[in-house]
Formats: sequence, C-alpha cells, structure tokens
Amino acid sequence: MEPPKLKESPSQTAGPYVHIGCTPSFTGITDVYPSDLGASLKTGPVEGTEIVLSGVIFDGNGDPVLDAMIEIWQPDAAGLFNAPSENRGDADPHFTGWGRCASDPETGEFRFDTVKPGQVPFGRDQMQAPHVCLWIVARGINIGLQTRAYFEDESAANATDPILCTIATPSSVDTLIAKVDGPNRYRFDIHLQGPRETVFFDM
Amino acid sequence: MMRKPDAANGSLLARDRDWHPKARTPAYKTSRLRSPSAAPLQFPTTLSEETGPVFGHDILGPLDHDLIRNFSTTGDTAIGPRMRVHGKLLDENGRGISGALIEVWQANAGGRYRHKNEGYLAPLDPNFGGCGRTISGPDGSYSFLTVKPAPYPWPNGPNSWRPAHIHFSVFGPSFAQRLITQMYFEGDPLIALCPIVGSIDNPDAIDALISDLDMDQSVPMDMLAYRFDIVLRGRNQTQFENRMEGL
Repeated sequence: MEPPKLKESPSQTAGPYVHIGCTPSFTGITDVYPSDLGASLKTGPVEGTEIVLSGVIFDGNGDPVLDAMIEIWQPDAAGLFNAPSENRGDADPHFTGWGRCASDPETGEFRFDTVKPGQVPFGRDQMQAPHVCLWIVARGINIGLQTRAYFEDESAANATDPILCTIATPSSVDTLIAKVDGPNRYRFDIHLQGPRETVFFDM
Repeated sequence: MMRKPDAANGSLLARDRDWHPKARTPAYKTSRLRSPSAAPLQFPTTLSEETGPVFGHDILGPLDHDLIRNFSTTGDTAIGPRMRVHGKLLDENGRGISGALIEVWQANAGGRYRHKNEGYLAPLDPNFGGCGRTISGPDGSYSFLTVKPAPYPWPNGPNSWRPAHIHFSVFGPSFAQRLITQMYFEGDPLIALCPIVGSIDNPDAIDALISDLDMDQSVPMDMLAYRFDIVLRGRNQTQFENRMEGL
C-alpha cells in the first residue's frame, strides 16, 4: 500500500468557547447565521420511527460536562445515508442524518430528535445492528471522542453485530447500548472515566 | 454490487495516535477528569464512518467568511490588525478536498471571546462576533478575513496564557475525518509555553499548526496574510478491491 504523503493536522481541544463557532445562537450570537447548523435532522416529514436520543456526559468525578458539543451521524430508517457517496439507493430526502447539539449549560443533557436508524452493511455479507455514530468535543478533550449508540430493543441484531461481537466484556458492550426511556425515547449516558467508562473507538 | 470508483469511497487510513495529543495531558488540567483511561478500540472504518453530511454553498451568507464585517449592524468594522487567513484543505493522500465546511471562532483583538462563560477584563468589540465559516473550493482552497486575536490569560496554572490562535472545525466527506484544531501564528513566543499546544509531543506536529506570514497574499496598505494548510485523514487505495468486489 502506498504510504500517506502528508500527516493529518493534529487535533487540539475545542475549548470552552466552541459554541461561538459551531452553535453561535447557543451563546447569544444570533445575527451572523440564520440558524445553528445541525439543530434539526429533519427538513420535512420523515420515514420510519421518530425517536428522541438523549443523555448526559459525565467526567471522572461523576459530574455532568456542561460545555460539550456532540454531533451524531446516522442512516435513515432504511439504512441509507444522506451522503454523496451513498450508492445503494436514495436516502429519505427529509432526513439529513447529521445533528449537532451543545450540552445544556445547567444539566449537561444533550438531545437529538431523530429517527430509528436502519441497518448498514459490514463488508460484503454481514449487517451491523442499528446504531448512531457520536463525536464528542469539549474543553479538556484533546481529540474528539468517537463512540456509537446501539439500541436496547434491538437485542437480536446487537447479538450478531460484527463490532459489538469483538468486545469481550459484557459490561463494556453495555456502555454502547442506549436504554429504552419511554416510548420511542432512548437514553445514552456517556462516562469519560470510571467503572462505567464508555467504550470509545478509533475508527 | 459494484461500488462507484468515487474518491469519497473506501476505508480511511488509521489515525496516527502518537502524532495527535494523548487524551490525558496533566499539564492541561481539565484533561485529567475528561480523558478516557482506556485507549480507543481500533477498527477499520465501515460505511457509517466513511459517509458524512454534505453542506451546500446555499447555506453561506455573503459575509460568513468575513469576521471583520459579519457581526456589525452599523457597517463599522472590527478593531484590530486586519488579516487574511488562507490555505488549502488536503487529505493525507495529498488531494485537495473540495466542498468541505470550515468553521472558525476566535477571541477579539483584545483577547476577549464573545461568550456567556467568559469574563476576561479586556472589552468586547461591538463590531466583532468571532465566528466565521466557508466551504472549500474545487482545489481545497479556503480564505477568511478577520482581525488578529490577542493572547489571553486562562485559569490553568498560576499565570497561564494562551498564544494567539484561531479555532478550526473541519468536515471532510467522511464523518471519521471530523477534526477540530487550532491555528497559531509564526513567531509567537507563547506557543512554547502553552500546555494545550504541549499536549502534542512531536515538534513537527506542533509546526503543522503554526501559520506562516504570507506577504504574497497580503494587501498593501490594507492587511497581512497568514497561510495555514489543513490535512484530514486520507483513504486506502481501494479501487482494485472495489473491482474485485464487483466480480
């Protein structure tokens, strides 16, 4: 394989003022852009099951992280991505698949109004369980953290998911499962450290 | 099914974790409680990471890239040394990345951010918001107009100062290329003292974040220019494999 010609730019923390650049209306800058990008994943009536995915990020003391920014990326209800490189079919035109949210400054909660994702292939002949990709940045996080939220009520698909199956410890797998939290609501808390430390990926 | 031989397809090159900052860098105090203790689990990318959102030029307003003017409601311009920041967005394979959203944010020329959690005694500039965005051109080139941010003190050690910097958030075509970083300025003596810069071990990696004064792109009697090239993860060369998949 050809070695890379250039090195990736090294990451630096998003810092405490990430909102100015990424969610400016969150910090009172409302007149530069018409709205914050990623505030809604839906641009019209969507196909599939509409769900809420919410949670809190906790630090090593168990305190909520109040100044994080979380982004999600996922396919539509049929498992198709609203991306130029998607060549398996046309994704739901009213579902962007990408969301961005600042943690609540008092509770630390993040929340996405989205749809239950469909399944996505893994290689040529396997399928992945439904999941949402998350990317987390904040003050004190030197390089963005990648993780995935799978769904508690997809146990059959989770049991054969090619990524989850490589994680030997059931308690580690459990950190990647969003819990049912009411009808069409899922809770996905993230622990940066400690006994319930979330599994993060380098993918 | 045969996949299109599209440049945006194919697995991404693994990140060089020794080049990037470690998660836990105790000299940067906040990282102590916000760094996972386990190394992240390595997997090759799947479609979920290889795809990503696309942003059309229609989201951009005419002044989105111009921080000197995009916050003012009176037509007045921001205070501070006027400058152009420009460069190319490339991948590790050396190809320009077009159509990528680049968002920036920064302190004003006094070192003050326009943010509700910020209390530095330097004043806000009524004509400076501190955010801008653009979309890279066909060859990956981008450009912003802004004022040079000042260094500012922060509560890390007894007397910690950030070097002047501009934050960059960059989207490549793949979600796995997502990157936030900071641009510094050639010749700033505070770079060597900063624990956030120092979260990076390799001096060559630090150099990659330092922009160069670029007199060729400066505008006489108007503004200086700084050049800052940004590199996102590249791709494994998979066209042959794709052809095999199609057989």
